[in-house]
Amino acid sequence: MRVMVLVKATEDSEAGRMPTAELFEAMGKFNEELVKAGVILGGDGLKPSSQGKRVAFDGPKRTVIDGPFAETRELVAGYWIWEVKDMAEAVEWVKRCPNPMFGPSEIEIRPFYEMSDFGDVVTPEIRERDERLRDQLKDR
Amino acid sequence: MADADTHRTIETVFRIEQARLIAGLTRMVRDVGLAEELAQDALVTALAEWPKSGVPDKPGAWLMAAAKRRAIDGMRHEKMAARKHAELGRDLDQDADSAAEAIEAHLDDDVGDELLSLIFTACHPVLSPEARAALTLRLIGGLTTDEIARAFLSTEPTIAQRIVRAKAALRESGLSYEVPHGAERAPRLASVLEVIYLIFNEGYAATAGDDLIRADLCAEAQRLGRILAGVAPDDPEVFGLLALMEIQASRLKARVGPDGSSIPLPEQNRAQWDQLLIRRGFTALNRATALGGQSGPYALQAALAACHARARTAAETDWGKIASLYDALRTVMPSPVVDLNRAIAHSMAFGPHAGLALIAEIEQANVLRNYAPLPAAKGDCLLRAGRPAEARRQFEAAAALSRNLREKEFLLARAAACDQVPTA
Amino acid sequence: MRVMVLVKATADSEAGLSANTAAEMEAMGRFNDQLEAAGILVTAAGLKPSSFGKRVAFDGTKRTVIDGPFAETRELVAGYWIWNVKDMAEAVDWVKRCPNPMPGPSDIEIRPFYEMADFA
Repeated sequence: MRVMVLVKATEDSEAGRMPTAELFEAMGKFNEELVKAGVILGGDGLKPSSQGKRVAFDGPKRTVIDGPFAETRELVAGYWIWEVKDMAEAVEWVKRCPNPMFGPSEIEIRPFYEMSDFGDVVTPEIRERDERLRDQLKDR
Repeated sequence: MADADTHRTIETVFRIEQARLIAGLTRMVRDVGLAEELAQDALVTALAEWPKSGVPDKPGAWLMAAAKRRAIDGMRHEKMAARKHAELGRDLDQDADSAAEAIEAHLDDDVGDELLSLIFTACHPVLSPEARAALTLRLIGGLTTDEIARAFLSTEPTIAQRIVRAKAALRESGLSYEVPHGAERAPRLASVLEVIYLIFNEGYAATAGDDLIRADLCAEAQRLGRILAGVAPDDPEVFGLLALMEIQASRLKARVGPDGSSIPLPEQNRAQWDQLLIRRGFTALNRATALGGQSGPYALQAALAACHARARTAAETDWGKIASLYDALRTVMPSPVVDLNRAIAHSMAFGPHAGLALIAEIEQANVLRNYAPLPAAKGDCLLRAGRPAEARRQFEAAAALSRNLREKEFLLARAAACDQVPTA
Repeated sequence: MRVMVLVKATADSEAGLSANTAAEMEAMGRFNDQLEAAGILVTAAGLKPSSFGKRVAFDGTKRTVIDGPFAETRELVAGYWIWNVKDMAEAVDWVKRCPNPMPGPSDIEIRPFYEMADFA
């Protein structure tokens, strides 16, 4: 299965503070391990949200909001895409990752939707349920 | 942590570590079968101890140390037995100790080379391709015998026996477990690549209705290819094969219709192609080229797959490039099927007459006389050349040769459609 | 420059509802076709609701695994694209043309990648 591994932001990453040489090296080693295990498909680091933008959608309206964004700890600072056997394997690999930040931090693992999921998802019952839900939302 | 959770964690850790454990241990005890047993022993020890002590910080090192202890005990035991027989005493004991030291020192080395050596061992040419595939999936992929049996539509006892025999054959062949170098390397590497591609094709041939484990073989082969690329970063054909698999796998979703039927390349919805895999394929192909391997058989096939991946619509396909790649491929990988694909490419690039001329050559060789795609291709060329009556006979001949019901129907429909085409 | 375009989650996406009608799916398909035709699209994918996900918390040498779902729904990621664009303005322009990916109000976030030059 394919998963996205999200490195969550911290105050440091949002401030654009660069990792130490030691962390850079440890992270390089970890990436090498992932490559050697045939796990890694891609990955990159994102600049602080101060350099990002958001577009809010509401009906036909589109509002552009400049970064930085609040909720620092919920923002994404970087990601990998891995191909693993299951979530347990992904968790094991994340546990081996050096702490990507200066202080306490979090890494989130999220499985991709796969083709087979859509086969199940779009059953007539679910579609009907969706339609009912949409109607309810409209009524509000 | 609950026991069930700990067991799950241990199994996952073992799956991650297994190949490297077996690789390191094989180098030490010079026997793949024994190395696998030692690794399994270490797993059993972990299953007994970790639920009590918790999962250690460096579980891989822990497992290796446990297996190593077992190996040294085993060696000492053997030496003891030998001493009883021969009364050789002190010398042998020292041997065992120095062996143990050598092992300690050795296990601290980078295991990359050992992993590569294990791959070369599991894919040794003394074994049949089927045995190589089973052993590779077992030792490097970490699949169970049951999973391998399901994947190859075989039974568990058959696969178990195949693996036991393969290990025995390796033991008896007295090979060195070294990574081959020099003149020996190319043929040994070809044997490895053949196995990985065999595993991939086994998965690629599986359709949607099949056991999922079969389709998983593609992912398994890609993973093996990526591992190999990590430990053999200077072999162009490793990257050629990796590129070929990544690009072909990018179409896995698009090639099966909702009813399970396979969709031919020109009719696939290209929006469903996996761009991430295509990009990885291109990167691997560039690497193969940078290493001077652009005319290797895998790199050429990858370049062919890349031509299709690059075209945003079927009509944008660069058939001229494809024709010239087939020209090159048939010199390094001569095969009548390659010749037929080449003929089709030439017909698309230079018109139906070019295709018909090449098909005539293949017909003379007479090797493909029972191969449905040959008359099907000829029919297509004839139809495009404005000769529908002859085309019809070819489509009918192809339908008669085809063993696939859906393909048969398709060919008969094409034959029937010839009646509506005016003769040139 | 390369940017990551993050589709933020909503209560609907977190509930795992295939909230899109056929017409909406088609509109999104058309948008993707335009990105592809413009040579902007690098890759794209949708993520399952966070109830399928896990988090690993790092603190010193400690690693704690936390099962999903996660709170702060509107801050979670439901899907993403990676685009190759000239600048942020072009990315914003493309996002504005995107059909609303969710049935209700939603956000899309654009974040530039670190490039080699940033480390020099």
